[in-house]
Amino acid sequence: MNRYAILIAVFVALLALLAVGLKLDPREVPSPLIGKPAPSFELPELHEAAKTFREKDMIGKVWLLNVWASWCVSCREEHPVLLDLAASGAVPIYGLNYKDTREDGLAWLKGMGDPYKLSIFDADGKVGIDYGVYGVPETYVIDKAGIIRYKCIGPLTPRIVKEKVLPLVQELERA
Amino acid sequence: MIPELGQLALALALCLALAQSVLGLLGAARGETVWMAATRHVARGQFVFVAIAFLCLAYSFIANDFTVAYVASNSNSALPLHYRIAGVWGGHEGSMLLWILMLSVWTFAVTLFSRHLPLEMVARVLGVMGLVSVGFILFILFTSNPFLRLFPAPPDGRDLNPLLQDPGMVAHPPMLYMGYVGFSIAFSFAVAALLSGRLDAAWARWSRPWTTAAWCFLTIGIALGSGWAYYELGWGGWWFWDPVENASFMPWLTGTALIHSLAVTEKRGAFRSWTVLLAIVAFALSLLGTFLVRSGVLTSVHAFATDPTRGIFILALLAIVIGGSLLVYVLRAPKIGLGGGFEPLSRESMLLANNVIFASAAGSVLLGTLYPLALDATGLGKISVGPPYFETVFVPLMAPALFLMGVGPLARWKKASLPDLASRLRWALATSVLAGLVLPFAMGRWGAMVALGLLLAAWVAASGFVQLYEKVRNASSGANSWARLQSVPRATYGMLVAHFGVAVFVVGVTLVKGYETEKDVRMERGDTVEAGGYTFRFDGVTAVQGPNYAAQRGQIVVTRDGRPVTTLNPEKRVYRVQSMPMTEAAISPGLTRDLYVSLGEPVGATAWIVRVYHKPFVDWIWGGCLIMALGGALAASDRRYRLAARRLREQYAAVAEMT
Repeated sequence: MNRYAILIAVFVALLALLAVGLKLDPREVPSPLIGKPAPSFELPELHEAAKTFREKDMIGKVWLLNVWASWCVSCREEHPVLLDLAASGAVPIYGLNYKDTREDGLAWLKGMGDPYKLSIFDADGKVGIDYGVYGVPETYVIDKAGIIRYKCIGPLTPRIVKEKVLPLVQELERA
Repeated sequence: MIPELGQLALALALCLALAQSVLGLLGAARGETVWMAATRHVARGQFVFVAIAFLCLAYSFIANDFTVAYVASNSNSALPLHYRIAGVWGGHEGSMLLWILMLSVWTFAVTLFSRHLPLEMVARVLGVMGLVSVGFILFILFTSNPFLRLFPAPPDGRDLNPLLQDPGMVAHPPMLYMGYVGFSIAFSFAVAALLSGRLDAAWARWSRPWTTAAWCFLTIGIALGSGWAYYELGWGGWWFWDPVENASFMPWLTGTALIHSLAVTEKRGAFRSWTVLLAIVAFALSLLGTFLVRSGVLTSVHAFATDPTRGIFILALLAIVIGGSLLVYVLRAPKIGLGGGFEPLSRESMLLANNVIFASAAGSVLLGTLYPLALDATGLGKISVGPPYFETVFVPLMAPALFLMGVGPLARWKKASLPDLASRLRWALATSVLAGLVLPFAMGRWGAMVALGLLLAAWVAASGFVQLYEKVRNASSGANSWARLQSVPRATYGMLVAHFGVAVFVVGVTLVKGYETEKDVRMERGDTVEAGGYTFRFDGVTAVQGPNYAAQRGQIVVTRDGRPVTTLNPEKRVYRVQSMPMTEAAISPGLTRDLYVSLGEPVGATAWIVRVYHKPFVDWIWGGCLIMALGGALAASDRRYRLAARRLREQYAAVAEMT
């Protein structure tokens, strides 16, 4: 009778595994950057090409880096969420205008509203590569020491902001 | 109107499937002859209504009825007619309808070819198949209804996925499903035998041709899928160990084990309990394959839009169908006798080794496929298991299997003698060792893996000839050799042909792996590149228009030693509706090599990245699969099965009269 018990046990374990598997998203790839210092960069600003911005300028602050582009459809969906978050003043948001043209990017912000403290301009996507961007929009939460704490691939939703981003930001602010 | 008719037909098919399982199973349990006799007719009715439902969906596709949501998302008015028909199974809902159609086709075939079987057995088999049918029709009606309307109707459809707009894809799913679903017959026979408590050689004999037939379809289905990946994905690979490929490979491996184990159970009455378990597992893995593809728990090229309720439904179905049958197995198996005994060296022991090997192979594929899921589920990280794992596992498993393939068919049942086998096979052994040593030099370079592969392939082929020679020599009837050739049973020829197909397959795999040339180069107009002794000249790219796509068509002139060989026209297509770029490779096939060219990306104004492959003997891979399937078809159509079934029925009738 023993070997039959093993047979049933294996089958039940398999079912349990598959049931758990249904809840997981196989396409969700964790970023290796979490817990690591944000890759350094120095890029021109979108509005004023003469000025540059470095991630080091933000040391001592908790901030969000949001990767966006005028050609990105999901960014439109995300935009109202960012505007609300910016209006609440909970955390400063910086935009990384990714593989875009300056005119398109500026026109987009003008038409849709600008949630960003400022946007930086990454025309050839080199900084995007350092940050491992593979789906725009992406959002990074970076702490006071310049360490990436959280990464959201795809559009932020009110729920993600409420359940993940804001609690994390508050925790990091206290630290 | 037509889609509603289809839905009604499907609902009626559900009622009939329910009736089929109740009449069959209860009728057999209570000995109600009329109920059992009715089962067959009800099963045919189920087939008719499922077929009507399928035709209704096909009609909606042909008529471009975009008020049907499923048609709107999988077709387009610019899509050529044959792809509109293939579009019926181009998405989730339709492919589930195809699944159930295949099940009812098999059910119908059972009602036709079961006249020689005892009524009780037929009723139980149809009853079990009816239960599976009920589960899947419920699944379609509740979670994946292809007949739902869309209001307001869009002016045109979103088009069939361009990857599926290909002749190989038209045939791949039906063949694969015929194979998957075909294992439901062996499963139903096994469960029916468990229920009746008569687990003798009879059920094995009855289910053998069905299992072999299903195995043939699965072999062809897998080969078509592999061939499609080879020319459509543009990488020149023929097997990727993708989770969904694995999902079809696991039932194949288990089915192969089952075919061999059924032979022992039929001829010697041994392995009874194991064979029943294999029949259950083969179908369980088919269902698991369906689950893996349909639920989206694994990432793969087949990732369909996923819906968690569907996953839960199929998982529940898997739990009920397989859990239920395993429960019956656990309750009944301890009473199954052991059957004929055998010595450590005998045909039985070799077939046992075959079974152990194939079961281990299926187990290791299952492990490799589910391991990433298990790690993810337990929060230990994300990994993917790729070709290095599977290749490391497969070579050491398959090499002894190939060796046994030469010896097994020559070994006697019960007890074989080693010196006797060695002397009968000495020429085959000498030939294959010679082939392994010498043939790689003919290909230009000697390598240990190539030598091993060719040695094993030659061994399988040469020992096959020894087997044929001995069969013909020992044939009882017939004076001349032609009559003797004819007196060898068709099933034996089937086995020989299928094993020969394996040899051909091994040659293909070995030589492609050992000698292929792959070059990714940047080419300007007029540039040349050499691969495998052929010179490829890039003559630029022109724009062309297809029925529903726009393409950049490259022109590549191939020469060998200055003489023209062929002109290849690989394309980079953009399908208009889904604006999806597609690589259309150009292949010049040949018995000893394929020349394979595909366009990569344009670089700069006039240059392109061009992939140029020389693939020696690659077509032998699929040729080998087709030969295997042909062997299976020969074996499945052996008339001995029908005669044996008739004799058995008479015996049962005689026993019934006495009691």
